[in-house]
Parts: sequence; C-alpha cells; structure tokens
Amino acid sequence: MTELTGTQTAPAPSSSMRIDSIPLVLFAAFAAAPLLASASGAEGYVLSLLTRIMIFGLAAMSLDLILGYGALVSFGHAAFLGIGAYAVGILASHGIEDALIQIPAALGASALFALVTGAISLRTKGVYFIMITLAFAQMLFFLATSLAPYGGDDGLTLPNRSLIAGAGLLENDYAFYAATLLCLIGAYLLSRAIVTSRFGRVLRGTKENAVRMEAVGFQPFRFQLAAYVISGMMAGLAGWLMANQAEFISPAFMTWQRSGELIFMVVLGGLGSLHGAIIGAAAFLLLEEFLPEILHAASFLLNDDIRSRLTENWQMVFGPLLILIVLFARGGIMGLLRRPHHG
Amino acid sequence: MNATIKTLGLAAAVTLAAAPAMAQEKLKVGLLLTLSGPSAVLGQHARDGFQLAMKDLGGKLGGRDVEVIVVDDELKPDVAVTKVKGLIERDKVDFVVGPIFSNVAVATHKPITDSKTFYISPNAGPSNLAGKSCDPYFFATSYQNDQNHEVLGKVAENRGYKKVYLLAPNYQAGKDALAGFKRHYKGEIVEESYVPLNNLDFQSELAKIASMQPDAIFTFMPGGMGVNLVKQYRAAGLADRIPFLSAFTVDESTLPAQQDAAIGMFGGSNWAPNLDTPQNKKFVQDYVAAYNSVPASYAMHAYDAALLIDSALKATGGKADDKEALRTALKKAEFKSLRGDFKFGANNFPVQDFYLVKVGKRPDGKFQTEIVEKVFDDYADAYAKECAATN
Amino acid sequence: MTATLLLIQTLNGLQFGLILFLIAAGLTLVFGVMDFINLAHGVQYMIGAYLIAAFSAWTGGFGWGLVLALPTALAFGLLLEVLVFRHLYERDHLDQVLATFGVILFLNQGVKFVWGAAPLSVPVPDILSGSVEIADGLLYPVYRLAIIAAGLLVAALLYVLVNFTRVGMLVRAGATNPQMVSALGVNIKRLFMIVFGFGAMLAGFAGAMVAPILSVQPGMGDNILILAFVVIVIGGIGSIRGAFLAALLIGLVDTIGRSFAPNLLRLVLDPSAASQTGRAIAPMLIYIFMAGVLFFRPSGLFPVKR
Repeated sequence: MTELTGTQTAPAPSSSMRIDSIPLVLFAAFAAAPLLASASGAEGYVLSLLTRIMIFGLAAMSLDLILGYGALVSFGHAAFLGIGAYAVGILASHGIEDALIQIPAALGASALFALVTGAISLRTKGVYFIMITLAFAQMLFFLATSLAPYGGDDGLTLPNRSLIAGAGLLENDYAFYAATLLCLIGAYLLSRAIVTSRFGRVLRGTKENAVRMEAVGFQPFRFQLAAYVISGMMAGLAGWLMANQAEFISPAFMTWQRSGELIFMVVLGGLGSLHGAIIGAAAFLLLEEFLPEILHAASFLLNDDIRSRLTENWQMVFGPLLILIVLFARGGIMGLLRRPHHG
Repeated sequence: MNATIKTLGLAAAVTLAAAPAMAQEKLKVGLLLTLSGPSAVLGQHARDGFQLAMKDLGGKLGGRDVEVIVVDDELKPDVAVTKVKGLIERDKVDFVVGPIFSNVAVATHKPITDSKTFYISPNAGPSNLAGKSCDPYFFATSYQNDQNHEVLGKVAENRGYKKVYLLAPNYQAGKDALAGFKRHYKGEIVEESYVPLNNLDFQSELAKIASMQPDAIFTFMPGGMGVNLVKQYRAAGLADRIPFLSAFTVDESTLPAQQDAAIGMFGGSNWAPNLDTPQNKKFVQDYVAAYNSVPASYAMHAYDAALLIDSALKATGGKADDKEALRTALKKAEFKSLRGDFKFGANNFPVQDFYLVKVGKRPDGKFQTEIVEKVFDDYADAYAKECAATN
Repeated sequence: MTATLLLIQTLNGLQFGLILFLIAAGLTLVFGVMDFINLAHGVQYMIGAYLIAAFSAWTGGFGWGLVLALPTALAFGLLLEVLVFRHLYERDHLDQVLATFGVILFLNQGVKFVWGAAPLSVPVPDILSGSVEIADGLLYPVYRLAIIAAGLLVAALLYVLVNFTRVGMLVRAGATNPQMVSALGVNIKRLFMIVFGFGAMLAGFAGAMVAPILSVQPGMGDNILILAFVVIVIGGIGSIRGAFLAALLIGLVDTIGRSFAPNLLRLVLDPSAASQTGRAIAPMLIYIFMAGVLFFRPSGLFPVKR
C-alpha cells in the first residue's frame, strides 16, 4: 500500500513568504465580508452562507490536522459534527441553553468518543483505518436516528441559539458570524502551534516512517491518539456551531456522505497546510451553491427547456470538474497557488 | 439549484418588452423541493403540478405576473436552511412552496415563518407543525402525515380483520405510521416489524408473514423500498392470499416501477387520479399529455397550492404586502380544489375526505390508484387541538 | 416453525451475501492488484441494472437482455478505465477517492438525465417466476434460488480462474508484489485492464441479477458500495477467498440478526425493551461486526502477505 504522501513537494524558500500571506488574506477577507453582506441587501443569506463556509472550514481543518499531518484518513469525521450538534439539542431540550455548559459538554463528549474509538481504530492502518472510523460513525448515526425523544430521523428544531452566560448575544447574525470567525481563528492558531511544535514534528515523522520514530524512542500510537482526540474536539466545536447556525439538529449532519465531503474539502484545498482545508471548504460550498446559476447564465444562447435541464443536472458538471482538478491540479487549490513560483 | 424558470414563455416576454411601464413588480414564488437523489421523482411531481397550474392560470397568480424559482434541497436539512435564506433575502420571494420531506420542513419552517413569508407544503405534514409548533404562516395543502395511515387502520377495523402484521422502516416516520394505523385499529397486532431504512430485501419479513398467516398486513414503505417490497410480496405468492394495506407505498410515483405486481393492492389517500369531477379529469389528462406520467398526490397538492395562492391574491387585489390581509384570505381557501371538499382547520391543515384506493391499470397501459370507498368525511387531524390558537 | 424460519433466513442471508460477493470480488481485485480505490465501483453495479432494464425492454426478454448487458457493462468499464482511471494509478489514494467520487456524481445524475428520476422496472423472467414450497406452507421464490446458484457458479469460476490460469497466477502475484510482476516483463497495463474490465462486468452482473427484485433507480449503488467495502476490509484486501467468506458472513449477520436479535434480547430484557433495543441495534450489527473483526485482526480475516 502506498502511503498518502508524495504529491506535495516542499515549497521553495522564495515562495514561502507568499504562502504564509495566504492565511492572513483569508482571515482578513472573512473579517471584511460582513461589510459586503450588509451592502448586498440580503445580509442574512450572505452571512449564513459565509458562516457555513467557516464552520465547514473548521471541520475540514480539524480533519487536515490528522489527515495532512498524520496520514490518518478518518472517514467518520462527521460523527463529531453530530456529537457537537446533539450536545446542543439534547441539553437545550432539557432547558440547558447556555454555551458555557454546552461547549464543554460538546468538547468532552467528542474527546471521549475520539479516545475510545481512536484507541481501537489506531490498531489498524491504511484503508482498514478508513473503514473502521466509518463503522463507528455509522453506529452513532443509527443511534441518533433511534433517539425518538430528540426527533429521531426528522431531527429537532432549536427554540433559539445558545445563550452566553444567560444572554442571547448570538441571536444577531453578525454576532454569531463574529463568534464563528473567532472559533475558526482560535482553532487555526492552536493547530498552527501544534504542527510547528515538537509534537507536530513527531506526528509528521510517524507519517513518513513510523518504524523509525519508534526506533528513536517515540511511541507513534500515543501521538496519533492525542492528535485524533484534538481533531475530534475541534470538529465537535464545529458541530456546536452548525447546530446554532441552522437552529436545527438532525442525524443528516453525520451521514457517511458528509464525512466524505469533509475529505474532499481537504483534498480539494490541498493537504497539510491547514488554511488549504478552509479554502477547500469554501470552494466546495460555493460551487454547490452557485454552479447551477453559473450554468444557467453561461447557457444563455440555448432554449429555456435545455437551460433548466442543464441547471437541474449541475452535478453532471461538478463531477467532471472534480476529476479535472485531480488530474491537472496536483496538490489541490494550494498546489495551484504555489505552482507559479516553482523552478 | 436556483434555476429561474421563465413561466411566461417567449411570446409573453415580447409583449412585456413592448409595454415598458409595468403596473406591478413580479410576484415571486420559491419552490423548495427534493430534485436530486433517489427521491427526486417526488419533487418532480410537485414541480410539474405547480407548473401545470401556472399554465392553466395563464402564467399569473391573482392577476400578477409570476417568477417561479426552483430550488433543490438535496434532502439535506442544513443545505435547505441556507437555500431558504437565499430565497427569502436575495430573491425576496413572497411564498415558499415545499418541501417534500418532513425533516426538511422541520428544519426550514422557522427561518421562513420568522421572516413572515408564507410557507405552503405540498406534502410534508409533520405532527409538531400541525400541533404544538403550528404557525400562522405555515399552510399545508396536503395532509397531516398520520392521516393516510389512519385510513388503513379504520379500514382494517371496519372489515373485521382480527390479526394484522405491521411493517415499517426503522425511523421516525415509520414509527409514526404504525402509531397512526393503531389509532383506529383495535384488533390484535401479531408483529411490529421494523427494517433498516433503505432496506433492499424483504425476504426475511415475508417469510415471517407467510408463517404467521395474518388477516392482512399494513405497511409504510416509501420510494424504492416500496417498489422492492411490492415486487417481492407478489413474487412470494402472498399478494393473492393476504390483503396488502399500505400508505405512500403504492402511488403514481412508484407504480411505473411496480406495474402489474401492485395490481389490487390498497392505499389510503385524500384523492385519486380517477376522482370523477370535470376539473380533475382535465387536470389528469393535461398532466399525462404534458409529462407522460400519471400525476401522484404530490402533483395535485402543488397544483392546489397554486390555486390557493391565486385565490388569496385575488381577494387582496394582487397585493402581497399586507401580510395580515393575505393570511386571512389564504385561510378562507376560496378555491376549487381538485379533490373536492377543502377547508382549513385551526392549524392551517386541510379538513377533507379520505378514501381507500386500489391500484388499477388504465386503458392507456399506465397504472394509477383508484377510489374504492370513502373512509372519512371532512376529517381533521389529531394534532389540531394541540395547536394553541394562533389564528 | 422456528427451524424452518431459520432455514429461510439462512437462504436469504446466503443470497444477499452472494450478491455482495459479486460486487466485492471486483473491488478487492482492483484494490489488491492495482492498489486503486475505486469508489465508482458502485455505479458500475447501477449501470448493470439500468442496462438490463433497457435491453430487456428492447429485446423483450431477460435472457437476451443479459446477453447484451454484460458486454456493454464490460465495454463501459473499459471506457472509464481509458478515460479516467488509468491516469490515476500512480496517484495516492486520496486523489483516487476524489476523482472516482466525481465519476459517481456524474453517472448518478447521468442515468437520471437519460432514463428519468422515476424508478424503472425489470420483470422476473418467466421460467424463473413463481415459488417453490420448501417447507410446509413456506414458499420460496425460484428467482432467489437462481441468484444463489448464479452467485455460487461465479464464485467457482473465479476460484478456477485465479488458481489455475496464467492470468490468475499473475493476479495473485500482482496482489502480493506488483513491482516483481512488472519486472518480469509482464505487460502490467494490459493485466490492469483485464482485471478492471472483469471487475466492472461482475458488478454489472450483480446489478443485472438484482434488477428484477429491486427498484432500478439513481444512486442505488451508493449504499451497496459501502457494504462492499465493509466486505473486502473484513475479508482482507486482495483476497478473493476472504471476500467470499466475509460477504456470506455479512449477509447472514444482517439477515439473521435482524429477525432474531429482538428474540434473543427477550431472554435478558422485558419484551418492549427488547424490541426497542433490538430495533436500535439491528442496523448497527454489521458495523459492530466489522469493528470487532478489525479489533482482533487489524488486517482482516485473510491478510494478503506483502
């Protein structure tokens, strides 16, 4: 089995400055976006779309932490989104609506789930790891569908967003947007600190050559498990945000298709750069949202019937687009950004 | 999928261009339907039904030109929430017609009704929206989900079946379905059998049914599951021995795949394509001509949704801004429904008749459900009383 | 009574398992020999079902439909190989996952574009319709027995092919040491094409066989793909023997567990709690089973030596 490495060459020193400016530009854009939203006249919609992008960006980045840096392909990461979301739903339906209780509960539950399933899953390698993480996520999915008091398959509408110390600060879309951005930046800085630390270097070392790391006295298992737990907690936080953004929870948050989407976002953006995952999430969600309209606009010469069929079948364009990206843009979008500076 | 579908056609567009001074802005209606994935066919029925109504109404609702914006919810509740916000805030729609599935309805009703946009469901009728969480801006032209199941429970009771075997997928709607059946059926239930959602194979359940020999079975198996069950039930030789009572299992969306295997099987509905009124005959005929398939109830509900909006706007003189007046006008339901008797209950769900229907073959070789008998007259749902007078 | 029911459920489990095997066999070969994750394997199953629907309607018979559908499925698989997959062999697994997911999106929507969103129907062939009485009052459809027979036949054929032919020898060698095989001067490209086309045809065959009992609809391959992955992982990737055993185990665990789990739970719980827990656990059974197997054997039941 080939390892999941090798497509990425280290950026040349001259281009590293450029690469490092990308996260700054990215977060500055997120910070400035609300201005655009209020100018657009559809602020709730624009904010909701951007908030979703940041939430998925957070989830995808948490996956990148173990996938891009540890070569651990979790095909069950949506389970943590579900745990975070159900922490909101279950606590809220028992009258506990304060984020100060909900967030620790979401993080704690995610950590526990990650610890138990990670300890078992990390015994396996490669595709076996992919499938066993899927298995645990599926168990949780079916458990959620059987929770009749919390809506079962239909899910549960939340009466309002979570409170902060008893105050409904998050009801305002701008405030919620700011809170999400804060979570994203915080998680990014934490992840950045982790990957540049000794811990991160060991993690990357186990990805390159686990046997050698063991030989020099590190136990890869412990490092991988710790990374898995941290990653799970970040995704759990994304789940908490997602429930509050949609003001709704449902088992649909943790289908295996959703886990797959998270992997695609990471690969689309480019592995192992953290902000690449956020860009991947943005690209994925924006395409999903606007591809139908782009197709509609681009086909203005055709008659109405063909146009509506084309827009309805936008996935017939999306699919080949993904294939082309893989074939011609190695290293995802980050790979594209890097390329001009090579050589 | 934000396909802006021009309902007006080219000729109308030319006329419009020739008359630069438009009296009123276009009315905007968003259709939020499931149009991709295995259940896409249900969304297509609803979309086609609505478009047919627009054609019959000359492209106008309440005298106003209309822009219909079709959106695919992908059957993902969180995706639907964002799409709905796009419809309301970017496209500034006056009405949202949809969705097909209850989980999408539960997820989206709050953002829609909070913005005081009218939400008209052509299918989904979850119990909480009919009861505790009923809303003055949410209307259903369909039914409350339980009601079709209640029809079969009543039929089983009336016919004196002593032992009935129940079969449903293992999720909330499946459990609700069996609960609905038991509301009127008082006989013995030999087994409540749940299969995993998207179950493909019913051999183990069929083996049990054959060995238990109940007087009838009742099942709720929507979509592809229903196609599989019906074909396998027929193949196992049970169809002629044990009556097959069902809801959302044999209808015009699944019959093209079930075909002869479904002949003689029973369902419960508030309408059937062979309902004998001139208005309905024309509807079914036009629908078959336009889309080459027999309309299912989703198409009928969506057609009625267009008629409902049209009637309310006529009452307000085409004005959609005075929400209170528009709401009162919607509530009156002064339109002629394809199904006959129609009025809204206190919870904005219909009070209507329900029938036992049976699958038959049409002269043109297509299949449809046909009315056997009326089971309930002017029937309201069980949750209406939980709806705290919002109206 | 319970004994005959158990017999029927065993037959059902066997039949479901054999269908899974037909899909998993191609998947595990492509994975084992070519080290290629093909998510699009499930849509090849779907294509098989659509082809039989189209061809049996056109020729008016299931048999002729099958005769036309199989080579078409093979040709379609080869077309995909040439257009997309062969450019991905050198890539890492994640690139393969992303690109083959693109193929899924395209084809799921593509069959809807061509055949419409409504499910299609394929009649059961006349000579295989009807039921036989296998125990007192218990009927079993002939077509199900035909599926079991066809599945066993293909399994036997595969056994002979893999163990007693030159291509089979190369496949086995390729699964354990692909570099060595190409170093020996074997045209690895052609071997890959053969393996890939054959796998696609097997999946198409499975789709064609189930078309008369299931509904033919867009996306029908997605869930079965996940089950096929479960099978090959339990069996050990690259192992036909493992896939066969794992497919039957999954078929039996799912079918028998579903109908007897509540009964078994009734021994320790009161009836209503038993039926409720049984309902919650039933859909999880195969995943619990997989996690259990991988816990004790992290490389599956029959790990291929590397």
